[in-house]
Amino acid sequence: MGEHHGPAKGISRWFLTTNHKDIGALYLWFSFAMFLLGGSFAMIIRAELFQPGLQLVEPEFFNQMTTMHGLVMVFGAIMPAFVGLANYMIPMMIGAPDMALPRMNNWSFWILPPAFTILAGTLFMEGGGPNFGWTFYAPLSTTYAPPSVTFFIFGVHIMGLSSIMGAINIIATIVNMRAPGMTYMKMPLFVWTWLITAFLLVAVMPVLAGAVTMMLMDIHFGTSFFSAAGGGDPVLFQHIFWFFGHPEVYIIILPAFGVVSHIIPAFSRKPLFGYDSMVYATASIAFLSFIVWAHHMYTVGMPVAGELFFMYATTLIAVPTAAKVFNWITTMFRGSLSFETPMLFAIGFVVLFTIGGFTGLMLSIAPADFQYHDTYFVVAHFHYTMVAGAIFAMSASVYYWIHKWTGRRYNESMGKAHFWISFLGFNLTFFPQHFVGLAGMPRRIPDYALQFADFNMMSSIGAFIYGASQLLFLYNVIATIRSGKKDDTAKTWDGAEGLEWEVPSPAPYHTFSVPPQVK
Amino acid sequence: MCFKAKQLCKLVLYPAIVLLSIFGGSAWAEEAQRWQVNMTPGVTEIGHKIFDLHMLVFWICVITGIGVFAYLIYSIVAFRKSQGAESAHFHENTTVEILWTVIPFLILIAIAVPSTKTLLEIYDTDDADLDILVTGYQWKWKYEYLDANGENVSFFSNLSTAQGEIYNAEDKGQHYLLEVDEPVVVPVGKKIRFLVTANDVLHSWWVPAIAVKRDAVPGFINESWTRIEEPGIYRGQCAELCGRNHGYMPIVVHAVEQEEYDAWLAERKAKAAQIKELMSKNFTLDEQMEAGKAIYMSACVACHGVNGEGGVGKPIAGSPIATGEITGLINILVNGKPGSAMPAFGNQFNDVDLAAVITFARNGFGNNMGDVVQPIDVYNFKQGQ
Amino acid sequence: MADHSAQGHETYYVPESSPMAVLATVGLVATISGAAMGINDLTFGESGGINSWFIFWMGLTFFAGVLFTWFRTAIRENIAGMNSPQLKRSYVIGMQWFIFSEVMFFFAFFGALFYIRNLSGPWLASEGVYDMNYLLWGDFSYSWPMMETPQEAIGGATKQFIANNGVFVGPERSMAFPGWSNIFHWLPLWNTVILLTSSYTCHVAHHKLKLDNDRKGFNLWLGITVFLGITFVGLQILEYYEAYAHYGLTLETGAYGTTFFMLTGFHGFHVVMGMFMLLIQWLRSVKGGHFTQDEHFGFEASSWYWHFVDVVWVGLFLFVYIL
Ligand code: HEA
Ligand code: HEA
Ligand code: HEC
Ligand code: CUA
Ligand SMILES: [Cu+2]
Repeated sequence: MGEHHGPAKGISRWFLTTNHKDIGALYLWFSFAMFLLGGSFAMIIRAELFQPGLQLVEPEFFNQMTTMHGLVMVFGAIMPAFVGLANYMIPMMIGAPDMALPRMNNWSFWILPPAFTILAGTLFMEGGGPNFGWTFYAPLSTTYAPPSVTFFIFGVHIMGLSSIMGAINIIATIVNMRAPGMTYMKMPLFVWTWLITAFLLVAVMPVLAGAVTMMLMDIHFGTSFFSAAGGGDPVLFQHIFWFFGHPEVYIIILPAFGVVSHIIPAFSRKPLFGYDSMVYATASIAFLSFIVWAHHMYTVGMPVAGELFFMYATTLIAVPTAAKVFNWITTMFRGSLSFETPMLFAIGFVVLFTIGGFTGLMLSIAPADFQYHDTYFVVAHFHYTMVAGAIFAMSASVYYWIHKWTGRRYNESMGKAHFWISFLGFNLTFFPQHFVGLAGMPRRIPDYALQFADFNMMSSIGAFIYGASQLLFLYNVIATIRSGKKDDTAKTWDGAEGLEWEVPSPAPYHTFSVPPQVK
Repeated sequence: MCFKAKQLCKLVLYPAIVLLSIFGGSAWAEEAQRWQVNMTPGVTEIGHKIFDLHMLVFWICVITGIGVFAYLIYSIVAFRKSQGAESAHFHENTTVEILWTVIPFLILIAIAVPSTKTLLEIYDTDDADLDILVTGYQWKWKYEYLDANGENVSFFSNLSTAQGEIYNAEDKGQHYLLEVDEPVVVPVGKKIRFLVTANDVLHSWWVPAIAVKRDAVPGFINESWTRIEEPGIYRGQCAELCGRNHGYMPIVVHAVEQEEYDAWLAERKAKAAQIKELMSKNFTLDEQMEAGKAIYMSACVACHGVNGEGGVGKPIAGSPIATGEITGLINILVNGKPGSAMPAFGNQFNDVDLAAVITFARNGFGNNMGDVVQPIDVYNFKQGQ
Repeated sequence: MADHSAQGHETYYVPESSPMAVLATVGLVATISGAAMGINDLTFGESGGINSWFIFWMGLTFFAGVLFTWFRTAIRENIAGMNSPQLKRSYVIGMQWFIFSEVMFFFAFFGALFYIRNLSGPWLASEGVYDMNYLLWGDFSYSWPMMETPQEAIGGATKQFIANNGVFVGPERSMAFPGWSNIFHWLPLWNTVILLTSSYTCHVAHHKLKLDNDRKGFNLWLGITVFLGITFVGLQILEYYEAYAHYGLTLETGAYGTTFFMLTGFHGFHVVMGMFMLLIQWLRSVKGGHFTQDEHFGFEASSWYWHFVDVVWVGLFLFVYIL
């Protein structure tokens, strides 16, 4: 039954495909497009914040940009990027021919582009697009929202559906399709982190769907979930949102942890240090992520007991994360290190993510968070974790695996240039944000007091540099696909281990129709 | 403000100074300074405690960071393949793994103790000398002094920066965006309890120097407190996204000695009495137009435009409501239009001001209906509801 | 075609490329956009243009058609023996995690109920940390079911401008336990009995098929299950009618109406889905002769769903009606 059929011809290949590599590639390209879109919104934000005063856009539009930037980056860029990577790599890593449920796989992808078209389309609707922040707190997002919020709500429903189906597929694949001999504790770490991430997704995406459904009811059908006059509470929304939202940030970072746990050993030519503890640490982070959500809400006026509970639980996350950081470094210790682009990004990840983790730890201290909350200090924190964390890890993955995907080599010096410009631009953008945040600049404002001007200008310049470096990246990827040096060696990197390195490059359309035996 | 080459030089020069000043800790200041890189310790005991806590965790992170990054850099430098490093093959060591689980855990406990103490203090709102009810509106703050045995002391506090400064037509003043028409005045040395709530959406009342940040949640009253040690003017901003003008709802706290505070209170009460008097006065069209225009230009212009041409709100010029049945106009001002951005002004302005702005809407921008609305008309309308 | 490779590990069935996903997307997007526009009263063009609800219904019909075809294809492949045991396991895992995701969806709504009942409700009445709330809500006193909204307690929407973004008048009567003398008129009790029975009959049907290989018995008991499901939905509709017509209990009656209708409503919606699933399995068995003693995953999956819906009801019965 068609074991060796190749891809269909022409454009319909992409619409009709049930092949994990095709779908993985679709996800990856889609997420990169969304990254550019979300990045363009960020450029508008940074351009407006270049100087105090209103120069480019009106406050309403600025709020829409902030909101759409956050939403597009989180739901459109990072999540699909890692789902794409999972689609492409997991079957190869566990010795499976494809994903467990290939037709559903295609559907999970294809509902995404319309969902984001609807979301982006709201910008052109009467009253403008969503302007209530990516956290869409009620009642700004309900009673006081523009009419387009209904489209936003349904858009979120579709994205959630896509994520849930994608996650179920990944779980089924990992649980059911491992090659003989591949026990759980032999699985590559990327597979492990994704298994746990997928669990988080199935657990919290429905809760997000519940939250937006409640909004829909409050807006159009007169319910009072979030209205005190009817006996509800606006803060209820925040609890539900963050019950989803905090695990969400680990959904973003865990696959990145996984990728880095592949790259560092490969370029250290030494096995990963502490494999077992990596697995347990990932599981502990996932577990803790369910009981810390209210650290985003220290200032809403919870009872002090709740405040203390969430503070203690949050600080605990530093422990398993510490184990991971030390494991990575110890993997390098007494290795034989070389510094190709993927390794540069992975080391950049370790350094900058740790800084982001430290600021996270500072934020988790409730009394201090009274001063940090909703300032640029928080913005700096989460860009260190998400841009220098997730995006750096994504860049690293592309360089690491692109030869496996295309059978062509990328341009190493351009890759290195991409890294160094990104690294510089990134820090120039987000490091000064710690300062303005501590000095008292609130987030989500289009205009600011004069004493914040200098650092903001630095930050904007950094952002343009960082943005430009992404164009270099795009160019490098396209150039590799079209005219990179052909080379069909199986092992791109001499230190790399794993099943994906045992098949030729590019990997055949269906990788393992006969499962390999894992020792 | 245009971009100068000199500024560019500073971009390079200053980071060095900046780093130095972190280590020196930052000097006490009423408001944020240029190039300020650290949190303000502020002018309250709690503020100092929070600041110390912040510095404690900061230093712990710095020291841990130095350790972690030193280890990383050493590994990178010492084990380069290009220098002929051969890789070892160990991949486990239970002892160190336990160590680096336990040590961070102990550090965390060390942080948890002072944090808990400070948090409990912040939550201790008992025995306040003065209660101030703070209500967030889109986009201004209302202050009501509950303890002043005169329910009359209540007022709104609006941004007072001129539109021209915001749109770069005029030079920006020193307190650009951090200045208001009516600051909230409080006595120093007294325990002041802020009861924070909101009228429409979420806001957050934040003044860094006195270390108070509380979310204003519509329908719930949050409590927070401060005891300010130094007289001075402390500035802050709304810290929760609340719509269009979230960046334009500053807070100014004026901390003064007790006598000065008493004098201010007396003056406020006198003013309130005066308004009571005005309630029964009959104004002329010109008087109402003048007073009304001033109110319009501060409260309505953001949505309805300088020439009444509309924007977020519908046009006032030629508006069917403004030129129609007069009760319709009073109604929309008093009750707003539910489900739209048009706020209810009924309890935001006193009837004198309401009458003025209604008269202005009715006669300004070429509406010229000719009738004058008196405070008593508004009062009667409200009573009749 | 579950052929086995040398290592004794089955090769995997990789489906041909399929247009189902894209078609389903078209259907879903039309449904969703139609609904979104309909709710906002948008139409295309002048009055008399395309009505958004029309788009919604067209989309939904199309979507349902695609799903039907999709499932039919999957079923046919299975009957043709194209599914390896491995693929079958994948379906099982898929269904289990799908049900887990549904559990989490309900978790959000139950969470909202507990939060309002145990935390924010009392806070509104100035209990606990919010001891100054009486400044806003006067002498609102909290009890559950919340028969009087805070807004009513201070005399309606015009009396307190703060946080009044709607008009919320509490219900006249609640759905709570009406006392032993009225117990026979209390629909929720009957619904509980019906739904629990249906779970049992569903189980019996499974038993008949799996252990006794008794198709007649299977059809009979499954038929009874579907019938009980329909009865449940009927009674639920009756209850909603009573709530609106006689109890003054609506979606707009504050927190009580909100949680009551949202929880029971979503449950009811899931019952309808589950009932359709079982009905289809019944038709497959009766008309198509599908299912064998050890090949009946379609039915098994539906029955899991049905039991899940049942368990949710038990939670509802406890926390929405009784406690
Ligand atoms: C990838 C995303 C990501 C990740 C991984 C994290 C990781 C962490 N975050 Fe972050 N966070 C966000 C994304 C993320 N966050 C986002 C998006 C927001 C804002 C949302 C919004 O409002 O819009 C946010 C906001 C946020 C807040 C709320 C701030 C506020 O609004 O006031 C808090 C508060 O506790 C917090 C804490 C933490 C902590 C403790 C961690 C920990 O996991 C970090 C653990 C890591 C380390 C600690 C470093 C490594 C450890 C060592 C080297 C060992 C030794 C260390 C010590 C013991 C000191 N985060
Ligand atoms: C993973 C998520 C992610 C990523 C990758 C980013 C990436 C970036 N973010 Fe992020 N950001 C968030 C998630 C993310 N952000 C979230 C969740 C919020 C909170 C939203 C909220 O408050 O609701 C936020 C908020 C936020 C703010 C605060 C806005 C406010 O409070 O008003 C700012 C301000 O500087 C900012 C800047 C940037 C910049 C400069 C980048 C850059 O890294 C982007 C770089 C990418 C590009 C630039 C695209 C590629 C280049 C082109 C398309 C060509 C054009 C280039 C040029 C003209 C140079 N972001
Ligand atoms: C936050 C924005 C906002 C502010 C501030 C505001 N309005 Fe409005 N106003 C609106 C909106 C929106 C409408 C349209 C309501 C509708 O009909 O949907 C409106 C409608 C009106 C109308 C009726 C116009 C018509 O013909 O329908 C009048 C009169 C009016 N406002 C007067 C005022 C006055 C006077 C003030 C200041 C004291 C003011 N508004 C402040 C947003 C605002
Ligand atoms: Cu008020 Cu932000
Ligand atoms: Cu969090």
